[in-house]
Amino acid sequence: MLKDITLGQFYPGDSLVHRLDPRVKLVLMVVYIAMVFLVEGFLGYLFLAAFLAVSAFLSRIRIKFLLRSIRPVLFIVVFTFVLNILFTRGDHPILEWGVLHITWEGVRFAVFMSLRLVFLLAGTSLLTLTTSPIALTDALERLLKPLNALHFPVHEMAMMMTIALRFIPTLLEETDKIMKAQTARGADFDTGNLLQRAKAMVPLLVPLFVGAFRRADELAMAMEARCYHGGRHRTRMKVLRVSRADGWACGATAATLLLILLERLL
Amino acid sequence: MPVEVRDLTHTYNEDSPFAAAALRDVSFAIEDGEFLGVIGHTGSGKSTLIQHLNGLIRPTSGTVIVNGLDLSDKSTDLRRVRRRVGLVFQYPEYQLFEETVQKDIAFGPRNLGLDGDEVQRRVEEACALVELPFAAVRDKSPFELSGGQKRRVAIAGVLAMEPEVLILDEPTAGLDPAGRDAILALIRRWHEGGRTIVMVSHSMEDVARLADRILVLDHGKKAMEGTPREVFADAGRLQEMGLDVPAATRLARELSDRGFDVPRDLYTLEELEEALLRAFGEGGSAC
Repeated sequence: MLKDITLGQFYPGDSLVHRLDPRVKLVLMVVYIAMVFLVEGFLGYLFLAAFLAVSAFLSRIRIKFLLRSIRPVLFIVVFTFVLNILFTRGDHPILEWGVLHITWEGVRFAVFMSLRLVFLLAGTSLLTLTTSPIALTDALERLLKPLNALHFPVHEMAMMMTIALRFIPTLLEETDKIMKAQTARGADFDTGNLLQRAKAMVPLLVPLFVGAFRRADELAMAMEARCYHGGRHRTRMKVLRVSRADGWACGATAATLLLILLERLL
Repeated sequence: MPVEVRDLTHTYNEDSPFAAAALRDVSFAIEDGEFLGVIGHTGSGKSTLIQHLNGLIRPTSGTVIVNGLDLSDKSTDLRRVRRRVGLVFQYPEYQLFEETVQKDIAFGPRNLGLDGDEVQRRVEEACALVELPFAAVRDKSPFELSGGQKRRVAIAGVLAMEPEVLILDEPTAGLDPAGRDAILALIRRWHEGGRTIVMVSHSMEDVARLADRILVLDHGKKAMEGTPREVFADAGRLQEMGLDVPAATRLARELSDRGFDVPRDLYTLEELEEALLRAFGEGGSAC
């Protein structure tokens, strides 16, 4: 039940997209998000779709898997679509019935908004699917390094993120195990009203918290035993290097951005 | 309450790149009042197997039939099965959650919908079974107890449901020898009441001491099945699977290899003692 969450999941592989420098991917993702919001016409969406399709193809991730990440927010997409179609005013009505005014502008706007959401999700999912959480936090640490000058604890933040991400699967597993154990003792998590369900969570949450604190304590001890000591002067086992593929990726993104801007201006 | 498992196959994360076959075509049956030991290397599918026996996970294919109820059938009410098949997970002390020991043990029986007096009777009885001084621990927080005591409280929580089939996953893992002996003794006592037990273990000694029959799993498949004597007779095969035979069997085989007159298929300390006395003691030929 808990294993169905694909949002933010990593899909191990060795494709061109997987091998890109995570820093580059992160920066390009910011550019991509900007593009999603810059696009204004059908042609622009076409460019964006082509860009995403090529990236997805190169990542060798099955489309089915990529689309699955949209499922949890499908409701929001549909909601946005309906709201926009109903409440956008325009001059070219298609249907007028009582208080309902559906216009060409409304349809156009609704389609674009929904597409925007889908593109946003598909793109960001592609990033997390092809980049391990560790690589991502590594990249984030490098990119945020300038903030060190402002005495912002970049390394500590990155380390905390790494640890948090590292323990998500562990905690999910633990939740699953405790849930099963309490189910075996007759606990019922699925039926009853809201209050009963909230109460039913107690036998799950108490052991989970106790376990999380125990683990945190053990981890801190283990890190200290291995002389872990903060950020400065630490060397890295995996040094990030920008390769030629990263250059191509930047080029492709820049080209798409240019096309989208051109469409917007012309 | 007979249990029958037929062609049981389970695949985790089917249809994803993380798909892993945990069990493949496993078939066996458990008779009433039997003590079945399940052994296998880490990742051989033992834990997956026992979770099928009370419907915590459903088979990918194959059937599990408990007392005539088919657990692979979606319309079966699994709660009816769960109140009769008790499952003690590995490190069960991590499930304790109540404020007091008494309340924690009562959690299972109360979920069965029993009235207060019956719950109280069962809690006290379960405490006696696991040899916890009820008066002394009833109002203590379970988190104040020692590791071995916590485990006994957790086991008592399942025993208080009075299951007809009791399944235990590595009940002695991580305990000191005294704690281990205490747990094994209580399992034996429970079994002597005529109840069915399935015990998963890494320890060949524990299984040899208690089980009537042993099921050996290897990479999700049933590799061997038989009485301890039959299974431990094939030491070579067990070692290939990363398992071992009890120390008594190992010693007997070594001696036998060196020409002493010691049977190769004994597996308990008592048998070993007897055989050694016969071979080396008074009237023995070896010394």
